[in-house]
Amino acid sequence: MRRLLGGATLLGLAAGLVMGFVVAPRESTQGNVQRIMYLHVPSVWVAYLAFGVVLVASIVYLIRRAEAADQLAHASAEVGVLFTGLTIATGSIWGKPTWGTWWTWDARLTSVSILFVMYLGYLLLRGMIDDRERGARFAAVLGIVAAFNIPLVHFSVYWWRTLHQPPSLMKPGPGTMPGIIVAALLVNFAAFTLLYVYFVAKRARLLRLEAEAEA
Amino acid sequence: MVVVWKDLLVERRSKETLNALFFFGLLLLFVFQFALGPDRERLAGTLPGLLWLGFILSGLLGLGRTFVAERENDCLEGLLLAPGDKSAIYVGKLAGNLLLMLVIETILLVLFSFFFNLDIAGALPALSIVIALGTVALAAVGTLFAAMTAQVRARELLFPVLLLPVETPVLLATVKATEAVLLGEPLGSVAHWLKLLAAADVVYVAVGVLTFDFVLEA
Repeated sequence: MRRLLGGATLLGLAAGLVMGFVVAPRESTQGNVQRIMYLHVPSVWVAYLAFGVVLVASIVYLIRRAEAADQLAHASAEVGVLFTGLTIATGSIWGKPTWGTWWTWDARLTSVSILFVMYLGYLLLRGMIDDRERGARFAAVLGIVAAFNIPLVHFSVYWWRTLHQPPSLMKPGPGTMPGIIVAALLVNFAAFTLLYVYFVAKRARLLRLEAEAEA
Repeated sequence: MVVVWKDLLVERRSKETLNALFFFGLLLLFVFQFALGPDRERLAGTLPGLLWLGFILSGLLGLGRTFVAERENDCLEGLLLAPGDKSAIYVGKLAGNLLLMLVIETILLVLFSFFFNLDIAGALPALSIVIALGTVALAAVGTLFAAMTAQVRARELLFPVLLLPVETPVLLATVKATEAVLLGEPLGSVAHWLKLLAAADVVYVAVGVLTFDFVLEA
């Protein structure tokens, strides 16, 4: 089952690369640089998906006390932080040629980087607690607080940046994109989602085996 | 209720947190002044940020000590054995922290207006609303996290590391609202920030009350 998932993920990623680099046309204003979107946008989708899963798994853990839910939350948070980091890195690489800077305190950059440090703290907390059961409980509480904080972060950062100056940085929205680009993007969305599921399954299994070995 | 009373009584008898925090706030003012130089114009521009930086830093110190007395004297179990809901402990601790922070913030505000030659009398009603809303959000998460980190290694490090990112929206909202209020703008112009703060207050306190049980489980 896991091998099948891994194979499907590989196929999906390969198809995504082909779609992104070969099938999709060169963007007229940004040129080939724009193709990084096929990695950037699916990464941020996976990050949000991962943190959503952390929230649900945390609540389930606190109610049911099932270790599997805790391991799922842990694995999902790790993968989420990874993909948030990827989002920031690819965004930075994209930003340098198009905006002329690696970093700017743009609303979306800022809110994603806040998510990044928030969930890094989550992983840090997990690492600091030796007692497995207590660590799971605390992490679950933090996972819930952090998830509920996401909309607050989103709105505050949006108002913070955009009330004073209208968004001057162009980002291609789905409405303005031709069908072939949307198709390439969708293939990459699917591939990244598969990759997420594969990573989480693998990591959760590892955590389970670790727990068993310790017991 | 009893928890508030106990903590306030201890604080009144010892005054250790309050005295130290007062001194800390004074030192912060000095540090800000030295770091930014004597240029009044520049100081005035950064003032709302500095003010909230002062609140947050003293809040980090004050809130982080929420459960120190219990841990040092090993009487957390005693508190837990008390009849009644555990979330009452949270509400009590939160109320105590809120009171402590409001006192500190009032002192800091007076010191700021004195040292930075700031006329706050006109903006005071609006300013106190912003401060009250922001402080509730700060204390609500701070109390919850203090209970968690009190039982963890490297707690004095972990507490700010967890609290600061979570409080970013509160910091943005309060600084922006304070800035507008100090410029004499009506509260209506920052209504969206106040709504955000109110939403944060409700969310944080609700999550705190609901999850505190799990944090204090022995």
